[in-house]
Amino acid sequence: MPEYLPLEIPDDPKLTQNITWFARSLRKAGLPIGPGRVIDAIRAVEAAGFTSKQDFFWTLHACFVSRPEHRTVFAQVFRLYWRDPRYLEHMMSMMLPAVRGVQEERAGQAGEKRAAEALLDGANQDVPEGLSDEEEGTEIEIDASMTISTEEKLRTLDFEQMSTEEIAQAKRMLSRMALPVQPIKSRRMKADALGWRPDWRATMRNSMRQGGELQMPAKKSRRIRWPNLVVICDISGSMSQYSRMVLHFLHAVANTKGAGWAKVHGFTFGTRLTNITRHLATKDVDAALAAAGAEAQDWEGGTRIGECLHSFNRDWSRRVMGQGAVVLLISDGLDRGDPEALAIEMQRLQLSSKRLIWLNPLLRWEGFAAKAQGIKAMLPYVHSFRAGHSIATLEELAEAISRPDDLGEKARLMAGMDA
Amino acid sequence: MSEVSSIDHVQELLAGEGYVCGRDLATVTFLALRLGRPIFLEGEAGVGKTEIAKAIASALGRDLIRLQCYEGLDAASAVYEWNFAAQMVAIRTAEASGGADRAALQEELFGPDYLVERPLLQAMRPHNGGAPVLLIDELDRTDEPFEAFLLEALSDFQVTIPEIGTIKAPEPPIVIVTSNRTREVHDALKRRCLYHWVDYPDFAREMEILTSRAPEAAEALSREVVAFVQRLRTEDLFKKPGVAETIDWAKCLLALDVLTLSPEVIADTLGAVLKYQDDIAKLQGSEAKRLLDEARATLEPA
Repeated sequence: MPEYLPLEIPDDPKLTQNITWFARSLRKAGLPIGPGRVIDAIRAVEAAGFTSKQDFFWTLHACFVSRPEHRTVFAQVFRLYWRDPRYLEHMMSMMLPAVRGVQEERAGQAGEKRAAEALLDGANQDVPEGLSDEEEGTEIEIDASMTISTEEKLRTLDFEQMSTEEIAQAKRMLSRMALPVQPIKSRRMKADALGWRPDWRATMRNSMRQGGELQMPAKKSRRIRWPNLVVICDISGSMSQYSRMVLHFLHAVANTKGAGWAKVHGFTFGTRLTNITRHLATKDVDAALAAAGAEAQDWEGGTRIGECLHSFNRDWSRRVMGQGAVVLLISDGLDRGDPEALAIEMQRLQLSSKRLIWLNPLLRWEGFAAKAQGIKAMLPYVHSFRAGHSIATLEELAEAISRPDDLGEKARLMAGMDA
Repeated sequence: MSEVSSIDHVQELLAGEGYVCGRDLATVTFLALRLGRPIFLEGEAGVGKTEIAKAIASALGRDLIRLQCYEGLDAASAVYEWNFAAQMVAIRTAEASGGADRAALQEELFGPDYLVERPLLQAMRPHNGGAPVLLIDELDRTDEPFEAFLLEALSDFQVTIPEIGTIKAPEPPIVIVTSNRTREVHDALKRRCLYHWVDYPDFAREMEILTSRAPEAAEALSREVVAFVQRLRTEDLFKKPGVAETIDWAKCLLALDVLTLSPEVIADTLGAVLKYQDDIAKLQGSEAKRLLDEARATLEPA
């Protein structure tokens, strides 16, 4: 940025240094601050002068903070740093090794474990267990001549009844699947010879190319865009085996290029709601699920569907569902909370989504009826109700998701409920 | 652009326009004016993000150009477009009058007469009394492609029209970008701006705002209104009331000649404060009375 040079440095060069160090402290505390911003900050301080500490605070705040959640961190670092810089250094030296140690361990683990497994050829009993489950990433050799039939068998097998080997293979099958979806018509236009709207801009350009000769008008039509997918997955104790598989599937969907979805947002809930969207972007599936698992601290605990949906509706729904999102709710609906409150939250969720699909592994039982209170409360508000306990059912889901009128089992169960 | 001499000066200027702002927002505004950087304001709806653009424009005597964002906004409706219908009429006329000079016709057709200027281009034009204030409102409503398009316009303040050439702003406009945070705006855009999160004001500031925006309201009523709204914001609501709602409500109460709040009055006028049925339902029955009593309790010591 040549326009920033030559920089007029304030009389006391220590201040420049101090701001630079302050920026470094912020960066260590997790704020994304590049050198450009430091230069900005120095210029800003120069412009604002030093009338009071408060002004100084807001000057730096304007340059270094770019997200609401960074405000608290900034205020804390500011408070410590501009009182006594060494104090912060001291604090950092006390805090950082511990934090960094954990991160390094977590980041290295996924690949490391597989490498160890590969080298030790399965004799990996003393490799520490990760936060993700035991079998992820295990390479299993399968006789090619058997593959088709094994896959066929696996497709209909319940996730809960699979052996570890079968789980590993099912995961590989899942990672090849995607959810094809119907596009949404955008208000943006594109040139289209078969379109129905005249494009006067293009017509004019064409005609000028021909020296002002008017020709057939060019046409345009509406561009199409892809909806967002929001997955809200129950990770409570009763769901653990299913939710792990579904998260595997979700990771595959989120990372398949050109699968149709504009963005895939993931949330998990048990006793509280956790946003794991950021972790889904990690390319390595083990690392992604491990990171998600570390963030969601309520794995295999109890369920509070109502409260978790409430916090989703209040904090996230307007941010992730604004552009016509399809919502996939994965839960068994076994909730001991207040069914009325749950119904209200379900209704809000349905109203703000383009389509709400509920995947429930309990549907695998023949003659399943909506008897539990939670299920009764939730069922009327979903667009579609489907099973999600095996690869075959997930494949059916992939097919159903592009049929906007698909109800799944909802109609049958609703009828059963009235009876 | 150094019309403002200090942060206090900015605060004074804005107060003169009936915009009461804290030291924090004044600092950011001062920096933006001094350094010529855009301001990026985020915050809940109704806390006064759009208002500040209007206040700055009228305090400095500049024109205000507003670009309201929406899904599907594209360059043609944000920057410029040719008036195609008029161009075609011109071609026909030239043909009818016979033997038009092609080069001259082309020159004329893609000249300023047929150019329809949209907000971004208008902001690049010279204005009487200095660079205009460009308000890019609710940026979170557009899609990513438009956001990316803005990156260039905001850093260089120039627009290229193939037939005419590059139009560069003689003096960069004062840019204010607002977002309601219905989605996250890309960091690249935020990086080019001074960021500020506009929060709900505290009791004293909200009182000041209300006195300046609805001066006819009696002080006792204003205090009650503000205390009640402040109390309401601590409730678990789907959409908390903003400052705009406080002002609206005070005006509603004035129109009804209300002198003091009561649960019945609150029930009748709640639509001015809360905009979701779920939230209104929460305040049914004795709940409004309880909140009112609590709000009054906070007023007692003063």
